Amino acid sequence: MALRVTRSSKALAITAAAGLALMLTACGSNDDDSSSSASSTDCAAYKTYGDLKGKTVSVYTSIVAPEDQQQIDSYKPFEECTGATIKYEGSKEFEAQLPVRVKGGNAPDIAIVPQPGLLKTLVATGKVKKAPDATAANADKWFGPDWKGYGTVDGTFYAAPLGANVKSYVWYSPSAFKDKGYEVPQTFADLMTLTQKITDDNGKGSAWCAGIGSGDATGWPATDWLEDMLLRTGGVDVYDQWVNHEIPFNDPKVADALAKVGGILKNPNFVNGGDVKSIATTTFQDAGQPILDGSCWMHRQASFYAANWPEGTKVGPDGDVWAFYFPAVDPAQGKPVLGGGEFITAFADRPEVQAFQTYLSSDTWANNKAKATPAGGWVSANKGLDVNNLVSPLDKLSAQILQDPKAKFRFDGSDQMPGAVGAGTFWKGMTDWITGKSDADTLNYIENSWPKS
Amino acid sequence: MSTLTPAVTPEDTPAPPTKNRPSALANAKSMLSSRVATVIAIVIAVLWTIPTAGLLITSFRKPLDINRSGWWTVLQNPSFTLDNYRLALGSGTSSLADEFVNSIVITIPAVLLPILLATLAAYAFAWMDFKGRNLLFVAVFTMQIVPIQVTMIPLLSLYVNTLHLNGTFWSVWLSHTIFALPLAVFLMHNFIKEIPAELVEAARVDGAGHVRIFFRVMLPLLTPALAAFGIFQFLWVWNDLLVSLVFLGGSPEFRPITVAISELAGTRGSAWFLLSAGAFIAMVVPVVVFLSLQRYFVRGLLAGGLKG
Amino acid sequence: MSAAEKFGQMFFAIGLFAVVFIGILLLASLAKGRKGERVQSLAFVGPALLLLAVGLLYPAIRTVGQSFKNGDGTKFIGLDNYTNIFTSPEQLLVIRNTAVWVLLVPIFATAIGLIYALLVDKARGESFAKALIFLPMAISMVGASIIWKFMYDYRPKTRPQIGLLNAILVKLGFDPQNFILNAPANTVFLIVIMIWIQCGFAMVILSAAIKAIPEDIIEAARLDGVRGMQMFRFITLPSIRGAVVVVLTTIGIAVLKVFDIVRTMTGGQFDTSVVANEFYNQTFRYDNTGLGAALAVVLFVLVIPFIVYNARQLRRSEGR
Repeated sequence: MALRVTRSSKALAITAAAGLALMLTACGSNDDDSSSSASSTDCAAYKTYGDLKGKTVSVYTSIVAPEDQQQIDSYKPFEECTGATIKYEGSKEFEAQLPVRVKGGNAPDIAIVPQPGLLKTLVATGKVKKAPDATAANADKWFGPDWKGYGTVDGTFYAAPLGANVKSYVWYSPSAFKDKGYEVPQTFADLMTLTQKITDDNGKGSAWCAGIGSGDATGWPATDWLEDMLLRTGGVDVYDQWVNHEIPFNDPKVADALAKVGGILKNPNFVNGGDVKSIATTTFQDAGQPILDGSCWMHRQASFYAANWPEGTKVGPDGDVWAFYFPAVDPAQGKPVLGGGEFITAFADRPEVQAFQTYLSSDTWANNKAKATPAGGWVSANKGLDVNNLVSPLDKLSAQILQDPKAKFRFDGSDQMPGAVGAGTFWKGMTDWITGKSDADTLNYIENSWPKS
Repeated sequence: MSTLTPAVTPEDTPAPPTKNRPSALANAKSMLSSRVATVIAIVIAVLWTIPTAGLLITSFRKPLDINRSGWWTVLQNPSFTLDNYRLALGSGTSSLADEFVNSIVITIPAVLLPILLATLAAYAFAWMDFKGRNLLFVAVFTMQIVPIQVTMIPLLSLYVNTLHLNGTFWSVWLSHTIFALPLAVFLMHNFIKEIPAELVEAARVDGAGHVRIFFRVMLPLLTPALAAFGIFQFLWVWNDLLVSLVFLGGSPEFRPITVAISELAGTRGSAWFLLSAGAFIAMVVPVVVFLSLQRYFVRGLLAGGLKG
Repeated sequence: MSAAEKFGQMFFAIGLFAVVFIGILLLASLAKGRKGERVQSLAFVGPALLLLAVGLLYPAIRTVGQSFKNGDGTKFIGLDNYTNIFTSPEQLLVIRNTAVWVLLVPIFATAIGLIYALLVDKARGESFAKALIFLPMAISMVGASIIWKFMYDYRPKTRPQIGLLNAILVKLGFDPQNFILNAPANTVFLIVIMIWIQCGFAMVILSAAIKAIPEDIIEAARLDGVRGMQMFRFITLPSIRGAVVVVLTTIGIAVLKVFDIVRTMTGGQFDTSVVANEFYNQTFRYDNTGLGAALAVVLFVLVIPFIVYNARQLRRSEGR
């Protein structure tokens, strides 16, 4: 053990020294305004965090390769200017492992939690630390009250938002649309007309492709469909009531939305070459790929699907693939947007942890992250995020949607529901629904599984 | 379970062989059956190898090809690439070489410790006389069923709060040892029981104590069994993901190769090209270990034949 | 920490372990007489029992306690979790699936492993032939599930198949089948994967047992004209009976606990879930530790037949 202690304190000393050196170079090169060098960070904005030399903050996330490098890079300016070391650990088993670590007494300093539902569970263990005032001030300043609300449990603000994604997208091929003279639909009625037209022109089951396979999370893409639809047919208020179980899961309004989803997903004329059941076993990553070879025309999936196109695919308004906003059903309901995001959950309240928490909730970090992500694939609901720092056209579009005052953003419902439903029976129910269970049976099954408090 | 086991027990006497049959016929029959036997063996071997062969071929194909055509089509239009291996070995936040070292450092003590502890305990259960011996043995055997998952939180808080071993190799070594013990004791007990009582008795008459008998008589005779169990324990530890995830948590510098590979596919999830290459990289060591140890336990097990 | 430091720590640990144990054993061997026997047996079994008590027995008892409590472990709810398991159709299906797994995997893995071990015994290239069957054991569960994706993968008839089985079906003029989707056959297809993995274990142990049969017994039987199936039935099988029981028991218990295959292939969907998978979900995903614990206890109960059988074997062998 002695070995390890010596070694890590030595490492800290070295890193701290390096950080100091970098600071010195940064200060000394003020007249040289080249921004190519990472060490030329302007440290003035980091003064408030104080001197954190020799301090370490551990971060545990579900963000893994290849996205992890950009995350790590976005921490660098903070490390360089304050002298703190950020110990980053990403794992795909994050959701299952984090509660184990917390209950076992081995919680990380900061966990980046992608589900408000999981945040509630963690808060219930009593180990989550309340957000410091500086973080709360950032959250008030840079995020809308809805986003701050997702990080609040029982009136106490714990976790500031970090990244975000937009789920209300339909992927399509602009070049193929152009060839056939198809227009991007502006209303839901247009969308259904287009669906019928594509089917008539290109054969049975060519209009849509879908896949909800995702290993042990199989079913989640179907829950997104239902949530997106309910936002459009029932409106945001009904949606909120439904998520919080103020109306039953099988409310007639939900049944309406499900029936509308079924009109596409369970109609063999419209989907997956006529094989509805194959939706259940096609992985969500593979599901949209047929757009590239022309055997499918539309695929509803979140902004992060951009990462799934093979290398060399041009993503853009006049490229090989692009996405349009999933149109509203009832214009009176405004422009609802379904999405997701992550929240900075702290299990320690040491000054360096709070400083880092505050940094992550600032506009500085959001812009650093945008610059650290040259290939695109990241956005935030942070209002201080300069859209011009985003590279990919899709990220720009997403950021505009997130910052649009007319847009009514709602967080993914299954991520807010209790785990037994949101990561359990909702997924399972929707999967069974695809493979043949009726609308009513599906909704009743999920309603009956809601934990009785 | 009793219905599953062969109806024949050692007490059954072999039926009198039929001697009145012409031996030429018997020879012909056995030749025929040996040919049939060869065919059956080859069929099983091929069936068992096809899936792995598919993965091996896949690991050398381009990502787009993997998604567009079956792996068997490479026979018609071969096109291979080493990129998958290059990516698997070179991408990520650290190179796989570090993780390889970690896997070895984790595995060796996690194989040696349980084997020695289990063999000692198994010896005691087989040859020493103490109160509640059989009850204890059945209890140890029963522990096999405890799912590792239920032990994670109590063990983790023990490591964190009492022993301060979390995030070190010690926590994985201890955990693997604990989880291996029930099966190890059960298997070693079965092997040890097979050793002729006369050998132990003879040593006792010569005045040897248990410690001496254990090291001088038992261990040499048990080499094959130790090698056989050692291989399986090696595989289980080498391929383990859960124990490392839980107990090494927070220390990426100690993570073994399995953890690295499971992260390879990353957020893209279905990066088959990376996963297939990664799976083969991880497989190399266990296969080499099996091939090199196989010799020991085939030769060594003949020692068990002393009994006759 | 550098590689050298890591290896250093490893050798230090092994050395420390060796010194401590040789010390304990030497001290114990100093004790003489009746009391000495007791001290020595304590030195032999003590360390293993201590580790087991802390690492497995205590958590197991804790789990039994939790199984009578509600989801977050704050309220005592009696047998509700058990009533839930044995009354809800989903949970009953899970138990039925587990029963199918526990029946099929040990029988087929052992049978095929035994046949193969017999067939290649003393054949040319025996070690290579055995390595082929052993190979699946060397692959992690994650690796195995990737491998079988390329066997079972399904695509609509119009698109090229990348799963071998469907490619064969299409070639033969049949429609492609969605192997993983259609219950109850899908459970069997998952079981095939487990048999494929476990067969190597059975083969290695049984092959070792076969090689341990004394040559003179076989020779004597052969002189008496015993051949082929008769040799197997009256000589080989009785001699390796103990090993067969061990293999069946070990695989049976391993199957009860396995959930990786189900989790990675179907996530427990399409009516394929098993108790171990359901336990994992309830405990770690649904935050329902009470029901999860009850499922773990059900696993424990399911293993009782194995325990009783082996305990009886133990008593019989004592009597010899």
